[in-house]
Amino acid sequence: MSEIVHLTVIGLIVGSIIGLGAMGLTLTYGILRFANFAHADLMTLGMYLAFFVVGDLGLAGAELGPLSFGWGMIPAALFAIAGVSLVAVATDRIVFRPLRDRGSGFLTLAVASLGIGIMLRAAIQIVWGPAQRRYTTGIHEAWTIFGDVKIKPDQLLIIALTAAAAVLLYLLLYRTRLGTAMRATSDNPQLAEASGIDTERVRQGTWIVAGALIAVAGIMFAVQSQLRFNAGFEFMLLPMFAAVIVGGIGNPWGALAGGLLVGVSQEVSTEWIDTGFKPAIPFVILIAALILRPRGLFGSTI
Amino acid sequence: MDIYAGELPALIALAGGLNWTVGFLTTVAILGILVLGLNIQWGYTGTINFGVVAFFMVGAYTSAVLTLDPPREFESYVGGLELPVPVGWLGAMLAGAVLALAVGLPTLRLRDDFLAIATIGIATILRSIANTQEGLVNRARGLNGIPRPLQQQASDAGLDYDWVLLAIAALVLLAVYLVVHHATASPWGRVLRAIRENEETARSVGKPTANYRVQSFVLGGVVMALAGAIWAHRTGTVAPDAFDNFFTFLVWTMLIVGGSGNNRGAVLGALAVGLVWFGIPLVQEDLPDALGTRVFQVRQMLIGLMIVLFLLLRPQGLLPEEKTVSRHLRAGGRRQTRWPLFTRRRPGG
Repeated sequence: MSEIVHLTVIGLIVGSIIGLGAMGLTLTYGILRFANFAHADLMTLGMYLAFFVVGDLGLAGAELGPLSFGWGMIPAALFAIAGVSLVAVATDRIVFRPLRDRGSGFLTLAVASLGIGIMLRAAIQIVWGPAQRRYTTGIHEAWTIFGDVKIKPDQLLIIALTAAAAVLLYLLLYRTRLGTAMRATSDNPQLAEASGIDTERVRQGTWIVAGALIAVAGIMFAVQSQLRFNAGFEFMLLPMFAAVIVGGIGNPWGALAGGLLVGVSQEVSTEWIDTGFKPAIPFVILIAALILRPRGLFGSTI
Repeated sequence: MDIYAGELPALIALAGGLNWTVGFLTTVAILGILVLGLNIQWGYTGTINFGVVAFFMVGAYTSAVLTLDPPREFESYVGGLELPVPVGWLGAMLAGAVLALAVGLPTLRLRDDFLAIATIGIATILRSIANTQEGLVNRARGLNGIPRPLQQQASDAGLDYDWVLLAIAALVLLAVYLVVHHATASPWGRVLRAIRENEETARSVGKPTANYRVQSFVLGGVVMALAGAIWAHRTGTVAPDAFDNFFTFLVWTMLIVGGSGNNRGAVLGALAVGLVWFGIPLVQEDLPDALGTRVFQVRQMLIGLMIVLFLLLRPQGLLPEEKTVSRHLRAGGRRQTRWPLFTRRRPGG
C-alpha cells in the first residue's frame, strides 16, 4: 500500500511537469489551431538555456536552503524563459505566419513544426553534445512527509511552482486585456478580428506565454531527472499531447488535470507492469480519450 | 608488378565507390517504396501519418519471424517457421494492413491531427514493446540470420549478391510504383484527391469518405510494411533501436522535397534526400573541423531545414502534382498544350 502512495506522490510530481508543459501546448493548440510537434523540443531548449547559465557560465551560486541548486537558477530560469519565448516567436514569424497567411491547412503547420523540432534537437546536440548532463551533483536529503513516504525539497518546489503558474495563467486569461483577447481568438478568430482585436499580436503573446510555461517545465524536468538533447521529444511529447486531449484542446485547467492524471497513472502502473511499458500508458489514455470523449473531459474551450 | 602498385589503390577506391553506389541505390529503392506508401496517405488523401516507421518495423519483424529458423539457445522469439521469403513478405503486408486498421479505424473518423499524434505514439510504443517484451522478438538483442533471398542461387551463378539485392529492391519498387500509379489514377484515386481537397464536398456527392480514407490508409500501410520486409532480408538483422522516429521524418522529408501527390516525385525525393543523407558522411573529411566532428547532427539539421524550406518556398516539391481529371484526359484537354503555341505565333503572324 505504501508503495502505491509513494508512486502516487512521484506521479503527482511528474504530472505537475507534464501539466505545466501541457498548459502551454494547449494554449498554442487552441489559439494557433495546430498541433505543435516542436513543443517538446522547446522544453529541451529551456533545460539547456538554464544549463548555459548555471553550467557553462558557472553561475550556480550558493545553495538555496535544502534545494539541490543555487540562487543562480533564478537568473537561469529567467534567461531560459526569455530565450524559449524568443525562439517560439521567431519561428512563428519566419515559418508559421507565412504559412498561415497563405491559407495552409493545420496539417501543413503540424508538418512544419516537425521540421522545426528536428532542427532544435540537432542544434542542441551541436552546441551541448549528445551526452547526459545535470545541473548539480551530490546527494540531497529527502523529507519524510508521512509514514515512510519521502519527498525531496526540489519536488515540493515543482508542485508549488506548477500551482503558482496555474494561478498566474488564470489571472492572465481572466484579468488582463491580452487574456480576454486570447480567449476571444481561441473561440472564433474571425469574430475576434472583426471586433478589432489584433489577432497577430494575440498569437505573438500566446507564443510568449507558452514559451515561458514550457521553459519552466523543462527546467523542472531536468531538476527531477537530467538533461538530454532528446529528453523532451522522447519522454514528454506523448504525455503532454495525452494531457491536452484528455483535458480538451485549448483548456489549460483541463491540461493540468490531464497532466496529473497521466503522470499518476504512468508511475502507479509500474507497480503491476514492466517499466519498459511505461510509455504505453499515456498512449492508452490518449486513445481512450479520443474514442470516448474526443472533446476532452472538460470541454475544449478556454 | 611494380606497374600496378600505383594503380591498385585507385582501383580499390573505384570498387569501393561502386559498392557504395550499389548499396546506396538499394537503400534508396527501399526508401522509395516507403515514400510511395506515404504518398498514398498524405499526398493523395491528406491523411497524416507520423508513424511510418511503425509500419516499416512491423513488416520487418513479421517477415523475419516467419522465415527465420526456430530460436536457438539464448534466443527467444515467436515464430521461427522457416517459411519461404515470399511468404514472409505476404505476411508482412498482412501485418501492415492489420496495424493500419487497428490505428485507422478508431482515429480516422476524428480530427485529422489526432491521427498524427496517435501514429507517432504507436511507433514509440511498438519500439518499446519490442525492447521490453520477453519472448516476442528477442528484445534489444534483435533478430539475426534472417534468410537472404536467392543468395545460394546467386553464388551458384557467380553473381555479386549486392547486385542481386539491388535488382530485387528495384523490381519491387517498380511493381509498387505501377500499383500505386494505377490506383491513384483510377476513379478511386480521384475520390481520394476529392477528400484531400474538401472532405465535406466529397461526402455531399455521396462518397463514403470514411471508408475511402481507411482503404487508402491500409494500402499505404501495406506498402510500407513490404518495404520493411525487404529491408529485413537485405540486412539480415533487425533490432528495435534501428526503428527510431527519425526514420519517419526522413521519409516525410523525401515526400515533401520530391512532391506530394506525384509518384515520380516520391521516388525522386527518396533519391535526392538520400543523396544528402548518405552522401554527407562521405565528404566528412573535407568539411571544416567544426562541422566534420558533428556531421551526424549537421545532416539532421539539414533534414529539418529541408522540410521547413520546401513547405515555405516550394510547397509543391521538385515534381509538382499534375492536375489530371483522369488518365485518359489531362486537365483542360489538348487545347492547353496548343493554345500557347498559337498565341506565340500570333505576334509574328
